[in-house]
Amino acid sequence: MATASVAHHDAAHHDHHEHEHHDNFITKYIFTQDHKMIGKQFLVTGIFWALIGGFLSILFRLQLGFPDMNLEFLRPLLGGWIDEGGKLDPTFYLALVTMHGTIMVFFVLTAGLSGTFSNFLIPLQIGARDMASGFMNMLSYWFFFLSSVVMFISLFIKTGPAGGGWVVYPPLSALEQAIPGSGLGMTLWLVAMTFFIASSLLGGINYITTVINLRTKGMSFSRLPLTIWAFFLTAVIGLLSFPVLFAAALLLVFDRSFGTSFYLSDIYVAGEALPNTGGSPVLFQHLFWFLGHPEVYIVLLPALGITSEVIATNSRKPIFGYKAMIISMLGITILSFIVWAHHMFVSGMNPFLGSIFMFLTLIIAVPSAVKVFNYLTTLWRGNLIFTPGMLFSIGLVSFFISGGLTGIFLGNSAIDIQLHDTYFVVAHFHLVMGSASFFGLLAGVYHWFPKMFGRMMDARLGYIHFWLTFVGVYLVFFPMHYIGIAGFPRRYYSWTNFEFSNMYTDLNMFVSVAAIVTFSAQFIFLFNFFYSMYRGRKATQNPWRSTTLEWTTPIEPGHGNWPGEIPTVYRWPYDYSKPGAAEDFIPQTVPLSQTPESNLPHEQEQVKLELEIMKEEEEVLVANESKH
Amino acid sequence: MERELKYIDIVEQPISMHPKKFALWLFMVTVVMLFAAWTSAYIVRQAEGNWLEYDLPEIFWYTSGVVVLSSVVLQWAYYSAKKDNLVNLRIGMVITVALGIAFLVGQWYSWVALVDREVFFVGNPAGSFLYVITGMHALHLISGLLFLIIVLISTFRLKVHSQSMNTMEMATTYWHFLGGLWLYLFMFLLLNH
Repeated sequence: MATASVAHHDAAHHDHHEHEHHDNFITKYIFTQDHKMIGKQFLVTGIFWALIGGFLSILFRLQLGFPDMNLEFLRPLLGGWIDEGGKLDPTFYLALVTMHGTIMVFFVLTAGLSGTFSNFLIPLQIGARDMASGFMNMLSYWFFFLSSVVMFISLFIKTGPAGGGWVVYPPLSALEQAIPGSGLGMTLWLVAMTFFIASSLLGGINYITTVINLRTKGMSFSRLPLTIWAFFLTAVIGLLSFPVLFAAALLLVFDRSFGTSFYLSDIYVAGEALPNTGGSPVLFQHLFWFLGHPEVYIVLLPALGITSEVIATNSRKPIFGYKAMIISMLGITILSFIVWAHHMFVSGMNPFLGSIFMFLTLIIAVPSAVKVFNYLTTLWRGNLIFTPGMLFSIGLVSFFISGGLTGIFLGNSAIDIQLHDTYFVVAHFHLVMGSASFFGLLAGVYHWFPKMFGRMMDARLGYIHFWLTFVGVYLVFFPMHYIGIAGFPRRYYSWTNFEFSNMYTDLNMFVSVAAIVTFSAQFIFLFNFFYSMYRGRKATQNPWRSTTLEWTTPIEPGHGNWPGEIPTVYRWPYDYSKPGAAEDFIPQTVPLSQTPESNLPHEQEQVKLELEIMKEEEEVLVANESKH
Repeated sequence: MERELKYIDIVEQPISMHPKKFALWLFMVTVVMLFAAWTSAYIVRQAEGNWLEYDLPEIFWYTSGVVVLSSVVLQWAYYSAKKDNLVNLRIGMVITVALGIAFLVGQWYSWVALVDREVFFVGNPAGSFLYVITGMHALHLISGLLFLIIVLISTFRLKVHSQSMNTMEMATTYWHFLGGLWLYLFMFLLLNH
């Protein structure tokens, strides 16, 4: 043990000196290997994409809510996509829906959420100087950037971006002659996603390695903050599922560009038979949803982890059921891989197989309910402090419940026959995955902004932002349940063409107005974010009086995070309002031996051991110093 | 007390594996998932019928032998490096690289054999799958070969010896993995044919 600690201290010193040198602009802000700066790069790029993704949704909401509106005023921006009569081009409508989905799922809620907070928080919260490989981490961001550039360019090409839905089902996506969006737009989509997958894998490998190898002394897995558990499991899911998407996409590329028939069979386009034979489009769905479903949890788990941390801190209570939280996240991780076919109940799949997937799907309700229960019981009778971060976390719990309940309906293969691909599905996943994860992202930004930029965000603007967004999200997505139960399919250009759905015009107008208000409210956040970055109130070292390690670093930590030794961890991260303690929080770095007044009986026994180890450490340290 | 001692010990030593080596293992997991996707897609597609039947090229037997032999030689080179027998190390590395190239050439001839049987990349998915699986494996093998060549160069710069085994160990692990992956794929193709 002694030798190990010598090596440890040596390494720590060495690392520190290495990072002393001054960075120039390029190595500090652009090709940086500092995990904190990379996290911020992911965040800013994610915000950029969120604005674009949100704006695209406003465009198609205008079409859905106001089908007779003259959109001539958008011509300077959309050009030829507005036709002679001032109407939105129907194929461009499909492209808008596709790009909104792709951007939000992958670029905002995967890269923007997991990329930001895994990078920023993992080393800070486990007590590491940086990620396992700073270079790979940098590469991960720049692959994402490259992917972003390609996807962004595809928005402006003549035939328009990909239009086959974010799930890119063949044959629609495989045949260039099917819709304009299946031409160059789809090719760029596939190229962009290839870079994106590479970026996610590089990031994921790094996150897992860092969490397993670089935890500071005393930071056992049972002392990890739940954020880290969530990021860790997210990375594991990504590592196992993204290669499968790559496998599916590669076969699609072969079908598109080389004439193979993996997914294509017996197709007539414009009266002409294609040579392809023997392919199976359902095969693509299997492969796609093997990623696609875990992707839901890649998006959601980090948000749940952030929420655990924010709710515990601002309830001034230990998280209820720490172990249960971990086990339920593990359960979700495992189950996420064996439920994919519930997206395919009506694909012509064997109904017996459907029953099995239905059963497995409904089991996910158990760990999800455990998590909700634990959030509520943590809040229960806590000394709640309503910071903006806390409000957004509570908002997440609300969406997780209301959106999760409809998941129980959709998971049933019989009811799904009616609800499949209707606005009921849209309402469900926008609440439980979209809005919930988005609120987790915002909660994280509000909560860790002081650590990122050394300043506080304005709380009052945060409250306004929260209430407008929270109410807005419900006003947008709640009415969609009704439209969906009525049977209206998603991705349709117009409501008014059908007898059964044209009475929903008013409701759609309402949804569209709510969507515009909600989107506009995000500019309050945007202003707050950039204004506070330069002009915000200066943060104190530990503004939320939190226990985790990141708040023991200087207010604006340099590369290497801690100026001296990396702190050692002596307790779990949720010692809030411990009976007998002087303060209502005890940081993880405070040894049990210093808090005899609040120790529980079994902790009192550990004190003896702790003192022994600390003494031994000191001897090693002294011996080490004299050697130098 | 006994229980707690153990507890602290675990805390002390998270994992002694080198982070880069660990990352390599994770990378191999992603490769496993990639081929798991293709082989399971193969099974799913095969079960749907309309599946072209043809004989696998016999050359696969020889290339499998070559890949096993290359792993054995590499392991010998690895042991030589551990014993600081740098001459044997270089001989072993050169032979391994040569066998790796021989394997790739053999895989190329398997494609020639397939074309002779009128099994093409474009056509029935039964053939397309074989091309994708062997082709993607060859691509990964090339990455392994490049890794071996990098290590080979560093052996001539005397950078690989018993005190500096990290890259050598990683290259060996990766090469064994790629060989094992091929054996799995070959077995899979034999069984699901």
